[in-house]
Amino acid sequence: MIAADARPRLAPKVRLRFDAKSERFMLLYPERGMVLNPTAADIVQLCTGELTVTEIVARLAEKYAPQPRATIEREVLEFLDAMADRALLRSEP
Amino acid sequence: MNATGAAEYRPYTLVAELTYRCPLRCVYCSNPLDYARRRDEVDTAGWLRVLREAEALGVVQVNLTGGEPLVRDDLEALVAEGERLELYTNLITSGIPVTRDRLARLRDLGLDNVQLSIQDVSAGPSDRIAGRRSFDRKLQVARWIKELGLPLTLNTVLHRENLDRVPEVIALAEALGADRLELANTQYLGWALLNRRALLPTREQLAQARAVAAEARRRLKGRMEVLFVTPDYYVEFPNACMDGWGRRFLLVSPDGLVLPCHVAHTLPGFAWESVRDRPLQEIWRDSPAFNAFRGEAWMPEPCRSCDRRATDFGGCRCQAYHLTGDAAATDPACSLAPRHELIMAARREALDAAPVAFEYRTRRAGAGT
Repeated sequence: MIAADARPRLAPKVRLRFDAKSERFMLLYPERGMVLNPTAADIVQLCTGELTVTEIVARLAEKYAPQPRATIEREVLEFLDAMADRALLRSEP
Repeated sequence: MNATGAAEYRPYTLVAELTYRCPLRCVYCSNPLDYARRRDEVDTAGWLRVLREAEALGVVQVNLTGGEPLVRDDLEALVAEGERLELYTNLITSGIPVTRDRLARLRDLGLDNVQLSIQDVSAGPSDRIAGRRSFDRKLQVARWIKELGLPLTLNTVLHRENLDRVPEVIALAEALGADRLELANTQYLGWALLNRRALLPTREQLAQARAVAAEARRRLKGRMEVLFVTPDYYVEFPNACMDGWGRRFLLVSPDGLVLPCHVAHTLPGFAWESVRDRPLQEIWRDSPAFNAFRGEAWMPEPCRSCDRRATDFGGCRCQAYHLTGDAAATDPACSLAPRHELIMAARREALDAAPVAFEYRTRRAGAGT
């Protein structure tokens, strides 16, 4: 489980790109690609290695208000954990 | 185009075979047996146009491969154009010949990933497969790639001589700090089909290696991606070759032919079109060869009424042709195929432990097609 004070960023092998055809963001990595839904794209764009997980949740809670912060937090953590399991994310301590 | 519509056919990946030239002579090379006759390589301007047209068609990933792509001195220009087009560029290489400086230059120009082949875990057997001394140099190149901060995929092609060393391959990949390890079983087309008796493993070898790979995948989760590609000869149902003919992949051969895969031009009776003659988009959309095996109308039984027809698309057309003589046959790898016996016979051959000599990749056209 990713720590609240970790500062996630995309692993070096991963590239984020906007796909004009599907009008979605895509994550590209060796031999694979993943089309991101708008929420996932918002999370990924905040994974710059500068913001902590807590700060990312705070930013998105603001953006997605009045959705409850707890819901947003759960979604962010689940997504980041799945990304980390696939070695798509690095976390600066 | 078939009834399911154009949207189903979008190339996400361009396989750019920049050249058939290669310093190695691997016994399972995927280049066609007559590669030496196809010498007229697309020039730099031609490849730059291919990259632009591919991106406009929907391509987001480019595999720069060959032969050995490093033998082209315009690789830098192509990587730079890939970067400008925001394409994910993956250099698929033997690591021979390259300098640290050139790797650094390619990194600075925007290269996204390097996939380096290692044939085995020590110089003797690795060089034996490659037909040339190369192993020690490859290790050096792997270290450079990591030092330069480039993501490293190690690729080892598996066969009966090295399958039992998969634990050591995994250990080597860990020691080198690979980000991804592809344990890719030989696919028996081209030179590999010629050398099948010397390369095809037994079912038992394969099962053991697969179990080792699965354990490593769990242990290394989040650190190193471990991929194990099962060979068609030991599956119950065929793989979805290239995710289906002309669906997701677009390949341009060194001499400019636009193909759905790296061996499609060995199928007789198709007029393959060249990037020199027509825009990529038109070829992808309209070429009769590309449309020949799209959709389901071409399928014979048992594919046509099979529940899996939209999952495996009837398997590999090239394997069907090279084993049965009919490109539209059900892939013999399928346990339901009328000609599955061809695969069963090869499996029985694999149980015979007698050593068989390799036929190395060479300029002379090999026996058969």
